[in-house]
Amino acid sequence: MTSKLLIAFVLGAASWSMPAWLTAAETIEIGCVAPLTGPQAHLGKDIENGARLAVDTINASTPTIGGQPVQFVLLVEDDQADPKTATVVAQKLVDEGVKGVVGHLNSGASIPASRIYAENGVPQVSPASTAVAYTNQGFDTTYRLMANDSQQGKALGQYATGLGKRVVVVDDRTAYGQGLIDEVVKSVEASGGKVVGREYTTDKSTDFTAILTSLKAKRPDVVVFGGMDPQAAPMMRQMRTLGMKTPFMGGDGMQSAEFIKLAGPAAEGAIGSSPGLPLEQMPGGADFTKRFGERFGKVQIYAPFSHDSAVVLIQAMLRAGSAEPKQYLPELAKTQLDGVIGPIAFDAKGDLRDGPVTLYQVKNGQWQPVETIGGPAAK
Amino acid sequence: MDVLLQQLINGLILGSLYALVALGYTMVYGILELINFAHGEIVMVGAMVSVSVLAALTAAGVPVALALPLALAAAVVVCVVTGVLVERIAYRPLRNAPRLAPLITAIGVSIVLQNLAMIFWGRQYLSFPPVIEVRVYDVLGATVSNIQILILVVAALTMGGLLLLVNRTRLGRAMRATAQNREVAGLMGVDVNRVIAATFIVGSALAAVAGLLIASYYGIAHYNMGFILGLKAFSAAVLGGIGNIPGALLGGLLLGVIESLGAGYIGDLTGGFLGSHYQDIFAFLILILVLTFRPSGLLGERVADRA
Repeated sequence: MTSKLLIAFVLGAASWSMPAWLTAAETIEIGCVAPLTGPQAHLGKDIENGARLAVDTINASTPTIGGQPVQFVLLVEDDQADPKTATVVAQKLVDEGVKGVVGHLNSGASIPASRIYAENGVPQVSPASTAVAYTNQGFDTTYRLMANDSQQGKALGQYATGLGKRVVVVDDRTAYGQGLIDEVVKSVEASGGKVVGREYTTDKSTDFTAILTSLKAKRPDVVVFGGMDPQAAPMMRQMRTLGMKTPFMGGDGMQSAEFIKLAGPAAEGAIGSSPGLPLEQMPGGADFTKRFGERFGKVQIYAPFSHDSAVVLIQAMLRAGSAEPKQYLPELAKTQLDGVIGPIAFDAKGDLRDGPVTLYQVKNGQWQPVETIGGPAAK
Repeated sequence: MDVLLQQLINGLILGSLYALVALGYTMVYGILELINFAHGEIVMVGAMVSVSVLAALTAAGVPVALALPLALAAAVVVCVVTGVLVERIAYRPLRNAPRLAPLITAIGVSIVLQNLAMIFWGRQYLSFPPVIEVRVYDVLGATVSNIQILILVVAALTMGGLLLLVNRTRLGRAMRATAQNREVAGLMGVDVNRVIAATFIVGSALAAVAGLLIASYYGIAHYNMGFILGLKAFSAAVLGGIGNIPGALLGGLLLGVIESLGAGYIGDLTGGFLGSHYQDIFAFLILILVLTFRPSGLLGERVADRA
């Protein structure tokens, strides 16, 4: 036996007989960006925790790349849900040499940041951004695990028209809110309904009585809001204060536990859509809820998606035998795996193939799934 | 349903909240010529304290009729202490400094308070416990809720009380004297420091009331809710004539009504070119116009020669 072989044998034995942290495992940095301060901090934290759970779970299995033991490290940044800050932290992560990024939450942040990742060849998997424009820019580094707004808006519009033909819409003028409502408007008209009023607000407002009053005058059958829970909750409260008993609907931005907490009893009957299956109907949902709950508590919305975003990135690296984006990007595109959220595969743009959209309704202070539109199950 | 009447009611409620906050700006300005930018943050503290105390008390099974006044009392105490401390620590040492210095300090205090609140209460929104069941009444085709009536009544009582205090009491006379000329008032035997502290106490107590009302109306409280609110209330005070108490009332009510009408009709007026998210354009356009033609504000006369 030559000495070279002996050394290789000893090293090999060491690498799988000792815990990963004892060997000099190479660390591979993965960025994770979400708003960790401001009104959406609870959702951002959800993303961070989901990705952290994935990274820690994979690290515990002593992963190797090209025969070398590796450990993945999450570099977490706060984009404050702000497009400008998003580009700053994106550049920072690129400069620090991250090999992939899980994030961002808001489409308004993901889109400008995606250009920086694309120019530097860093793959980005967003667990939450749903704006159609995000994957429409022709970047080969841009992926997401959520059904996009076109799929979600279509589902919301169909469901709204089922409730009544006269639909009014409000959006918060963010890339997310506006994009979603544009799709709802198209879908309502395609399903034979009519949009009889459209009003706008901002993602910092709390008083909606004026716009609700003008909308009430249009005698709507249903109100659809494109925006996040800190606006949706007071909006629904104020609708009830104004004596509007019209059904209130919105996208995934308000389909959260926080919405019910903030809106109180007024939340009853609200309808919220969310891309993906309900947590309890996800193939890995029960197990994930348990593992996540032990470390971080209650899942808000995005944790399973950010978990799978990290898994998708890391699995592509492991399959390619390299953490270099150039090497593993083709593998990322070919992803075929069963995640917590269900079967994951991407189309040519980087969108989740057959992304399902589920509609929920608040009943007795809980979001209860009422209908799933689209997705592999629908075929 | 009468849309115009409803928008006026909406504006009146919003406006009375602005007016309550604007009073705090105007009182301090009237006496110190200081724009107390931290006042919006005092309102935020009032909202956060009242929500936390109310949540704790109702969770402990205290009846609402008792919990609500206790929450208000707690908010008043905390706001008054904060307001007096801010005056003592941040403003009094700079009382004779150039005008820019206390202004910068005020902005600093505002940032400090915001961050302290963020550390203490966290970044999440606090939810006002649903202790008051919302009832809706029909008035001439428009709707008014019991919370809105409560806001109007409390705001009117508080402002009435303030006017009585300023115009009918010894302390009020001392306040007016200090506002007119601090040195001379001091020479006449007015304890200027005490009067200024009293102004901050009254202003902070009003802020606590406003905080509770705002939290109960919108159902939420948040560590950075004071910023925009403060800006709007400050504009209301300027609109009415800063330093003038009836001016703050008028400015607040006007700003609320203009905002409501603006948001309600801007889409129709501009043919959909400008949406309702531009509602602030109206408020600030009116502000600019008023200041162009009446630089001292609608009711402010005395202030022109001092500003």
